[in-house]
Amino acid sequence: MQQQITLEIFRYNPDDKEGPAYKKYEVPFRKDWVILDALNHIKDRIDGTLSFRWSCRMGICGSCGMKVNGNPVLTCASFLEKLAPGPIRIEPLEYFPVIRDLVINMDDFMDNLKKVRSWIIHEKDDNLDEEYLQTPDQLSDYKQYSMCINCMLCYSACPVYGLEPGFMGPAVIALAQRYNMDSRDDGNKLRMDIMNAEGGIWHCTFVGDCSAVCPKNVDPAGAIQRYKLEGARAWWTRWLLPWGKE
Amino acid sequence: MTIFWWTRKKSYLRFILRELTSLAVAFFTIEMIFLFWSLKEGPDVYHEFMEFLRSPVLVFLNLSAMAGLLFHSITWFNLSAKAIVVKIGKARIPGKLVASVNYIAWIIISAVIVWILY
Ligand code: SF4
Ligand code: FES
Repeated sequence: MQQQITLEIFRYNPDDKEGPAYKKYEVPFRKDWVILDALNHIKDRIDGTLSFRWSCRMGICGSCGMKVNGNPVLTCASFLEKLAPGPIRIEPLEYFPVIRDLVINMDDFMDNLKKVRSWIIHEKDDNLDEEYLQTPDQLSDYKQYSMCINCMLCYSACPVYGLEPGFMGPAVIALAQRYNMDSRDDGNKLRMDIMNAEGGIWHCTFVGDCSAVCPKNVDPAGAIQRYKLEGARAWWTRWLLPWGKE
Repeated sequence: MTIFWWTRKKSYLRFILRELTSLAVAFFTIEMIFLFWSLKEGPDVYHEFMEFLRSPVLVFLNLSAMAGLLFHSITWFNLSAKAIVVKIGKARIPGKLVASVNYIAWIIISAVIVWILY
């Protein structure tokens, strides 16, 4: 078995005049190591200036997403063994501004998440003495979408997000659906107006790669197509039955 | 981003093919319109049109359009379950079943057309 494996890592320091470059590192090739272990080895033993995000090491926090050999993955869930014999190319997630090395700026996602009101909206004022009950069946309507860990892999897989400035992207729309389908929420109409507008669901051409790369099986592509169907239905009802309820 | 972004991944290529094969759909639709027009113009025009369709170029075009059309329909049918979520009672109907409803409808409609024609 090979002893070492080479990682080719994208390096960028905004203070350096030289601009971005790939740098090679040799790390021990261990069966039980994921890419994140190798990155931490580099940071601890070889080059302390390497910057990257991580926290949980177990596919929960969603902060360790990077492009590995061109595919967006969680580095804490990608074993070196699967990528042997190397070299393995590691880059920041695509379509996001790079802050430094493998660290991206995801403000755009955060802003859009606020824009779609990703929280429960009540038509009436909240009565804090009242309980908002929900059955397991009602929970199952949106549970899949609530599993999103904001890892941004789906954005990096979405060519439309790269091509269309302003497109909200897969996870934001899946998370809007998460609240739309919550039996305690009354914000559907409000979110639909946002989704039907510029930057919303109609930019999506259904490439479908977002769902293929999602580590949590959220299926954002499915969420968007369901949204389109619902949007089209609402539009037709408004035209055909203007007096009716949307 | 280059305009050749779709060459980077197999899944992107499949997407572009699916989109491009809509040209085959358009081609058939236009051909149909001409066919109906020739029918309306009477037997001479109709036969002339039929003769035109028999030329090797048109046969080749039609066969390629047919292949494109099949690719288009099958990929879209398989994707339909993503948008259409059907629930019976509390259970969500599996996606394969939703897709197969499309196939069944396709077969029935095609069979009816064949039956009318022969
Ligand atoms: S939808 Fe999936 S891929 Fe996209 S951010 Fe959420 S967990 Fe990550
Ligand atoms: S480190 Fe938390 S998801 Fe990978």
